[in-house]
Amino acid sequence: MTSMTLNAGAPVPAQDKTNSATDLTDKSATESTSVKQQAVKTQEDIAETVGSPFCDEAKLRMRNVNVFYGEAQAIHDVSLDIGRNQVVAMIGPSGCGKSTFLRCLNRMNDTIEGCRVEGDLTLDGEAIYGPKVDVVPLRARVGMVFQKPNPFPKSIYDNVAYGPKIHGIASRRAELDEIVENSLRRAGLWDEVKDRLDKPGTGLSGGQQQRLCIARAIAVSPEVILMDEPCSALDPIATARIEELIHELRENYTIAIVTHSMQQAARVSQRTAYFHLGKLVEVNDTETVFTNPEHDLTEAYITGRFG
Amino acid sequence: MQTPTLFALLLLLILVAYGTGFSRAIAAARSSGGIRSLASLPSYYGVHTALWCGLPALIILGCWLVFDDAIIRAMVMGSIADKPESIAGQNLLYAQIQNLAAGNLVGNVTPQLQDAAAHLESLRASGRWMQTALILILSIGLGAYAFLRISPEMRAREKVEKVLRIILLACACAAIFTTVGILLSVLFESLRFFQSVPVTEFLFGLHWSPQMALRADQVGSSGAFGAVPLFTGTLLVSAIAMFVAVPVGLMSAIYLAEYAGKKVRSVAKPLLEILAGVPTVVYGFFAALTVAPFIRDLAQSMGLQASSESALAAGLVMGVMIIPFVSSLSDDVINAVPQSLRDGALGLGSTKSETVRKVVIPAALPGIVGGVLLAVSRAIGETMIVVMAAGLAANLTANPLESVTTVTVQIVTLLVGDQEFDSPKTLAAFALGLMLFISTLILNFIALHVVKKYREQYD
Repeated sequence: MTSMTLNAGAPVPAQDKTNSATDLTDKSATESTSVKQQAVKTQEDIAETVGSPFCDEAKLRMRNVNVFYGEAQAIHDVSLDIGRNQVVAMIGPSGCGKSTFLRCLNRMNDTIEGCRVEGDLTLDGEAIYGPKVDVVPLRARVGMVFQKPNPFPKSIYDNVAYGPKIHGIASRRAELDEIVENSLRRAGLWDEVKDRLDKPGTGLSGGQQQRLCIARAIAVSPEVILMDEPCSALDPIATARIEELIHELRENYTIAIVTHSMQQAARVSQRTAYFHLGKLVEVNDTETVFTNPEHDLTEAYITGRFG
Repeated sequence: MQTPTLFALLLLLILVAYGTGFSRAIAAARSSGGIRSLASLPSYYGVHTALWCGLPALIILGCWLVFDDAIIRAMVMGSIADKPESIAGQNLLYAQIQNLAAGNLVGNVTPQLQDAAAHLESLRASGRWMQTALILILSIGLGAYAFLRISPEMRAREKVEKVLRIILLACACAAIFTTVGILLSVLFESLRFFQSVPVTEFLFGLHWSPQMALRADQVGSSGAFGAVPLFTGTLLVSAIAMFVAVPVGLMSAIYLAEYAGKKVRSVAKPLLEILAGVPTVVYGFFAALTVAPFIRDLAQSMGLQASSESALAAGLVMGVMIIPFVSSLSDDVINAVPQSLRDGALGLGSTKSETVRKVVIPAALPGIVGGVLLAVSRAIGETMIVVMAAGLAANLTANPLESVTTVTVQIVTLLVGDQEFDSPKTLAAFALGLMLFISTLILNFIALHVVKKYREQYD
């Protein structure tokens, strides 16, 4: 079994780079450091997830999830709980399947041709992939913020009002105004844009755009927010603001965040999940993962020895 | 030497120049330590020599061919003592001399004419001789100059690139100058027309009847040149066409870009584009023979009066013709909308159609508007379908069941057949053409501007 199958034709942005971890380990096969030797044999090695993937009072419960892109398997038998009002960070090298896994949670993978999801995924005990589930209300409950800020080509107001409008959340204009203001306030953007709500959202700076996208996501009052590398296109100042925001949002929402920045994972999350080659290697309290990781691979990754 | 032979010889010289330049560069490289010691690759030295050898000679040859006849004519005509006053008379005389020189003229040959013909013949002969000598000397001389200058230090590549840039610029200018030339030729003929018919009458007159009386006693030939009925006819037919093409084209584009699976798309898109390949004349007789009678019968069965050639028939078929135009342009813009916007909308819980209606289409709108405007200018300029299906009667009407005529149809009918090119009737065609040109130019300008202005937004 080779890890190459992971990359073959997988049309997800996060998977488009070559599997750097594998490249590294292939090259280092001749070297004899124990950690890297271990990385060569990973696929067989990661028999089961170490740490504590399950928790009480789980908002999202995933059991034995397998995801395929056509023939290629991107996620191997992952089980994980995400607790209520908890921030779970997902880290791992590029192409390890963390974005794919995140996109399973609100069925965004449905939009990708040839993508197949197996396993039990439940939101508050209701099956996400059940035959009778309508994805529209599901996605309203599980919002998503993407890697690149993607404001709609509308005014700032309309960007935020878009969700409430299509879901019929606000019946009167005043109510809509209130939702827009609240969402923008909670996203920490209100003071910057209150005087130009009718200006196009695309005219904002990158960090403002991303906060606008977060405001847009919370305007439909979701229960869970999925964030796919929300700060990868932002500078440190904008990143710090978003991290602050995640901190505040935790009071009301359950958050799953994919990130390449380990400092960010350490700063914002309570639990951290480390993915490697489509498998979930380790899940633990964030503090444990970053100070005393149980698995050698996790240690190798967070200390920067590969990936 | 005849010009084609000279031209072939010149090409041969160019090839030789390339070869010698190339090999001299190689030789220079060998003596100074390999090709790396040259400032440019050997082939650039070859091209440089070939350009020196060929380009000036070709330019001179081209100029010679353009001005040759005029100069000889001036010299021949200058040598004739008593030539006619009028330009037409001079033209006739020169034609006679030419024919005599070619041995085609029989009959009334005066000695004076004979002399002129002999003069012409000798001028031509010496001209050819001079041409050959000049071109060959120029070509070989400049080629040799470039050949001798080859040295490892010479930066042949920069010079070749510079010449290439100028050639590319010249090609770009050719297109622009053609447009300007067309515009000017139409403009001057139109000015002649406006000398006999006032601009205001042409632009605001409600009556179009371009038949001029040839003799004073003819009846029924008023010669009215009010272009309003033509423009309303054009607008009516174009509006009907856009009424068909925009919704159908746009929706098929949305279907192809957003809903269709790979298989359907790979079949449907080429099929749709076949429509664009149907010659307009085929659309024309489809409109005239199938659609127009069908519409007439349908209207009659509903108790309406319809003429057998109707604006509706022409407009409908023209709309069908433009569908692929609108759909393929819209398809391109819709595909250019970033996937992240769709993901964003879907991630908020929009349905597919909400995503398309509220996010994708607004994002693609500038491009779609641009495409539609281009399609409008296409519709306005379309000729064949309306010639065959819309009719010739210049009715000022908004009823699509009546026959109307369009600007393009009138231009065709004014210019078809033997025409005198100084009567207002014929010149009216140029005025109409000018108006058409200006209106489509403005539309194209707006369309390109709209497309360009809003395109950067998502890059």
